[in-house]
Amino acid sequence: MSRAILSAAPPPDLGPAAPPPAAPGGGAAAPEAQPSAWTRRLRRHGGAIRAGLVGAASIALFVLAWHVVTENRMNLYVRFGNVPSPSDVLASADAALGSSQFLTHILTSCRRILYGFALAAALAIPLGLLMGRFKLLREMIFPVSEVLRPIPAIAWVPMAIMLWPSNEESIVFITFLGSFFPILLNTLHGMATVDPVLGRAARCLGASEAAVFREVYLPATLPQIFTGLTVGMGVAWVSLIAAEMISGQFGIGYFTWEAYSLVQYPDIVLGMITIGLLGLASSFAIRLLGRVLMPWSAAR
Amino acid sequence: MSAIPLFRRDEAKAPAAAASAPKPKGGLVEVTDFRLRYDSAEGAVDAVTDVSLTIRPGEFVSIIGPSGCGKSTLLNALAGFLKPTSGTVTVDGEPVKGPGADRGVIFQQYSLFPWKTVRENVEFGLKMRGVGRAERARAARTLLGLAGLSAFENHYPDRLSGGMKQRVGIVRALATGPRILLLDEPFGALDAQTRLIMQQILTNMWQRLKISVLFITHDLDEAIFLSDRIYVMTSRPGTVKAEIAVPLPRPREPAMTMSSEFLALRRGLMSLIREESLKAMGGEISEEALQGLAINLDGQDIPRVL
Ligand SMILES: Nc1ncnc2c1ncn2[C@@H]1O[C@H](COP(=O)(O)OP(=O)(O)OP(=O)(O)O)[C@@H](O)[C@H]1O
Ligand SMILES: [Mg+2]
Repeated sequence: MSRAILSAAPPPDLGPAAPPPAAPGGGAAAPEAQPSAWTRRLRRHGGAIRAGLVGAASIALFVLAWHVVTENRMNLYVRFGNVPSPSDVLASADAALGSSQFLTHILTSCRRILYGFALAAALAIPLGLLMGRFKLLREMIFPVSEVLRPIPAIAWVPMAIMLWPSNEESIVFITFLGSFFPILLNTLHGMATVDPVLGRAARCLGASEAAVFREVYLPATLPQIFTGLTVGMGVAWVSLIAAEMISGQFGIGYFTWEAYSLVQYPDIVLGMITIGLLGLASSFAIRLLGRVLMPWSAAR
Repeated sequence: MSAIPLFRRDEAKAPAAAASAPKPKGGLVEVTDFRLRYDSAEGAVDAVTDVSLTIRPGEFVSIIGPSGCGKSTLLNALAGFLKPTSGTVTVDGEPVKGPGADRGVIFQQYSLFPWKTVRENVEFGLKMRGVGRAERARAARTLLGLAGLSAFENHYPDRLSGGMKQRVGIVRALATGPRILLLDEPFGALDAQTRLIMQQILTNMWQRLKISVLFITHDLDEAIFLSDRIYVMTSRPGTVKAEIAVPLPRPREPAMTMSSEFLALRRGLMSLIREESLKAMGGEISEEALQGLAINLDGQDIPRVL
């Protein structure tokens, strides 16, 4: 009954002549007698343009502050004396981008992420779906996962080195572990929150058990699965970088740590920025995939 | 086969509406001595007891009753989701074993698939039946066109109003050609105005389809306006309190709701329902409570009077 109330009070039936919903934001340009293509575009994307400008300005301010504190070697309890300035970092980036070694570091990290994350997704999503569907399986696996889940992936490093024949495999394993649990738990949670009336509607339309699973439970859980993938990707990077710093050869985490050991301070910052950008790019890729696979939620 | 004599018996007392239909294509629903008991943590609850009812092929039957009297329970048993604790539920003589596309169901909550467009929703039943992609798209387009929903075929349900969602839900249920349509308070969440329009759409649609309909509601006017016959249920545990024929002519027009026949039916039903609603609220309601306040304040402050 409560569900019925929640979904109550829909807007009155608008009918085919309903006006299209107004574009959000875009109160910037005043209405003219004949709005040109430009002002119309400005009005439609006004919000996005303003957000972009503000964002660029705030990044510029941040870099400026960084410049000021490092050029003047300020010591405000936090010591900026040894911190490289933006121009130092730019110079080292210039050098690094020209060398094939830096690129190898990046590619190595990307490959490890890809293997570990893809493996985690390929195991955790089906497992989560099945656990959501079959109670016995859930009751069997859930306690184990609850015990293992709180252990940070980094704590697995020594164990991973023992378990796997090579360094490469143990790093991929750490990355896998980091992303596995967020994906599993979100998938499971998504399965638990599927509106059962949808399953019943499908059965009334002649769907078999398997068809209900494929046509209802899977798509209904997809948004939660993507939440899991996004979180999992973040944790995968955290785990990867830590693992590379501890036991790596190659990889952007290793590059960053090595820069510290070799007293090449600008490279530390270059490594950090690269890690940030890679993380950003991978979560963007996941969001893009989500948009493609879930066109209905983009319409919201 | 026991189905044949059952069918004969039904034909014998079929009303004029069914007789004028081209050919009965089945859709006889018989519920006999139905009882359903839920086993919950607080113990067993009898939701419905001793219900017997029939829906003849092509007939529009409503069930009306106070909240919690077991209307949805009964409908879920007909849909095949609940097994009767005792008694039988049959469709065209066959006991109901589980859900199936021969009985279209519109649920109390909206149940369109949010990840499918309007057309894909309508196609769903055909897809489950193994109809090819092109053919089911064509069938769904045709059906949506007939229902005046063509303009929305590529919309996702999210963007539709409540009335539109239920219309699409009805079209989706009809796409597989069911013999029976089961509707559980389909317009309960709509505003009064939309509701009237939906009622008219439904009655016109039914007029053309001539399939059996079981319509659950707790709105008197809705039940009278739509139905050939109305079963009134008692409060929980639900039983049939009365069975009332609605002799209003077809097609039904909104203006009929003002006719003296309609109002007389309404008055009769009203008193039946009122008794049950009071009973459903149980000890909550006494004569004093019904007065709102058992004292006349004449505009004075409550604290001062106290
Ligand atoms: N799964 C269940 N377990 C235990 N009791 C239940 C269950 N489902 C329903 N009931 C009880 O059975 C009774 C009938 O429920 P039902 O949903 O059939 O009523 P209804 O007539 O459809 O009510 P409404 O008009 O509010 O939709 C109610 O008192 C309800 O509390
Ligand atoms: Mg109900």
